[in-house]
Amino acid sequence: MTDQPLLAFDHVSMCYHDDSGETEVLSDFSLRLMPGEFVALLGPSGCGKSTALSLAAGLLRPDSGRVTLRGQEILRPPQHCGYMLQRDHLFPWLTVRQNAALGLRVRQKRLSARQKAHIEELLAACNLTEFADAYPAQLSGGMRQRAALVRTLSVEPDFVLLDEPFSALDAQTRLRLSDEVRQQLRGCATLLVTHDVSEAISMADRVVVLTRRPARICAEHAIDLPGLPLERRRDPRFREEFDRIWKELDVHEQ
Amino acid sequence: MSNREENRLESPAQARYRRLRRRRERWIQLSRCGILLAFLLLWEGLARFGVIDAFLLSSPTRMAQTLVELTRSGEIWPHLWTTLSETLLGFALGAGLGILLAIALWWSPLLTRILDPYLVVLNALPKIALGPVLIVWIGAGMPAIIAMSLLISGIVMLVTVLNGFLAVEMEKRTLLRAFGASKLQEFTMVVFPGALVSTVSALKLCVGMTWVGVIVGEFLVSRAGLGYLIVYGGQVFQLDLVMAGTAVLCLLAALMYLGVAHLEKRLLARRG
Ligand SMILES: Nc1ncnc2c1ncn2[C@@H]1O[C@H](COP(=O)(O)OP(=O)(O)O)[C@@H](O)[C@H]1O
Ligand SMILES: [Mg+2]
Repeated sequence: MTDQPLLAFDHVSMCYHDDSGETEVLSDFSLRLMPGEFVALLGPSGCGKSTALSLAAGLLRPDSGRVTLRGQEILRPPQHCGYMLQRDHLFPWLTVRQNAALGLRVRQKRLSARQKAHIEELLAACNLTEFADAYPAQLSGGMRQRAALVRTLSVEPDFVLLDEPFSALDAQTRLRLSDEVRQQLRGCATLLVTHDVSEAISMADRVVVLTRRPARICAEHAIDLPGLPLERRRDPRFREEFDRIWKELDVHEQ
Repeated sequence: MSNREENRLESPAQARYRRLRRRRERWIQLSRCGILLAFLLLWEGLARFGVIDAFLLSSPTRMAQTLVELTRSGEIWPHLWTTLSETLLGFALGAGLGILLAIALWWSPLLTRILDPYLVVLNALPKIALGPVLIVWIGAGMPAIIAMSLLISGIVMLVTVLNGFLAVEMEKRTLLRAFGASKLQEFTMVVFPGALVSTVSALKLCVGMTWVGVIVGEFLVSRAGLGYLIVYGGQVFQLDLVMAGTAVLCLLAALMYLGVAHLEKRLLARRG
């Protein structure tokens, strides 16, 4: 039972077609995400990371191969999937609390008392209680992304997809937020996409290094550092992991 | 948040700023009224002293007299009512059909692609040129007038609203789809509210366009209405009548615009 992956890519290939021709984005791509595991997909930009996440989110279908959730092929967006993008995409006409409930509101007209309480809990955990009735425009970048995190978690996701969720933030907010996100996602299966080596190492249990387009897995590293991202960054072994992975990534960039 | 700000004691500098601000606002209001008053006085003066021919160019007092007469005899009301009902109907139809068609076109990108050249031509065409065709097809009456205003306002509405829909960020829609939203939900939850600002400004445009359509329509075909009054006044060389009709029109158009501006405020008030 524990051996069954939560999310699996099996020999997935994927091409985009447009007038300028065919773009092969994923080629024979296989990956498993175990329950509770935090995996970082690390690769140069444009290699197909976002495409891999879109496949897992059920927004795209692969040309060949299968993407499965608990062994079931993903044919449409799965119910308990959290998806977080580079930009927060909060709706400016909704309050923070309403934005947080967005995922639930798609599936049901009214929220149960339990769901409402859950959202309040999440808001409190992200220090947003005070701003629950504020509109996104009144929030700072970091707060907005935290609100987006609450929106992601409010659907009680089985797994979470993070598409470079910190890259639009300033360096300091980014560090603080990665700590916070990691803490909130403790125990939740997560696939993080990034091109930032230190971000990958500081957050993930396992770092999967991708080649340039079409993305293939070129190496995998189990990261055995304790604690939250900030703590990990201070660990002497952090540097070693960084150098090792940096080199691998380097091989494939010109 | 704003509560907290109100409770805080105001600093002298802030109080000074607010005082200056208020004075400035008063000055602006005063200047606005002043311009109108100066214009009327100048016009009246020039007419009185015979610099301009009051018979050809009328004068504020003659205009006012005409208005009073029209009101006292009750003659103005049918005209006013005719134009007003035509305009309201034209506006409702133009805005409604424009939005509905915009939704249909948003729904089907293929349809949008197919109809694109027609929309471009219809948008560029001076719709007034279609007046004679409308009269022949629909007959010289109120329906032709409403069709005219519908044509002028509806297309502007359609194009502006559709562009608003299409400008809503793709990623916001993607996010909603990842939550499992249907296309209808995508529309009601993000596309429509996301484009509300541009839809409302399209409504404002639509008000102006509807007036153009109705008055042009009345110039062409009608036996009643403010447009008819104006044309009639021109034909019988009663410039007082022309000016009186124009003044009433100004007032109505301004009132309707204020109504839409009020609607805009209420619709967009809840946003941060
Ligand atoms: N809808 C699309 N149509 C055509 N090409 C696309 C589309 N989406 C992405 N691509 C191309 O596919 C490649 C991979 O994109 P993406 O998965 O977004 O990469 P990443 O997230 O790793 O930067 C890029 O080169 C991009 O230009
Ligand atoms: Mg990307």
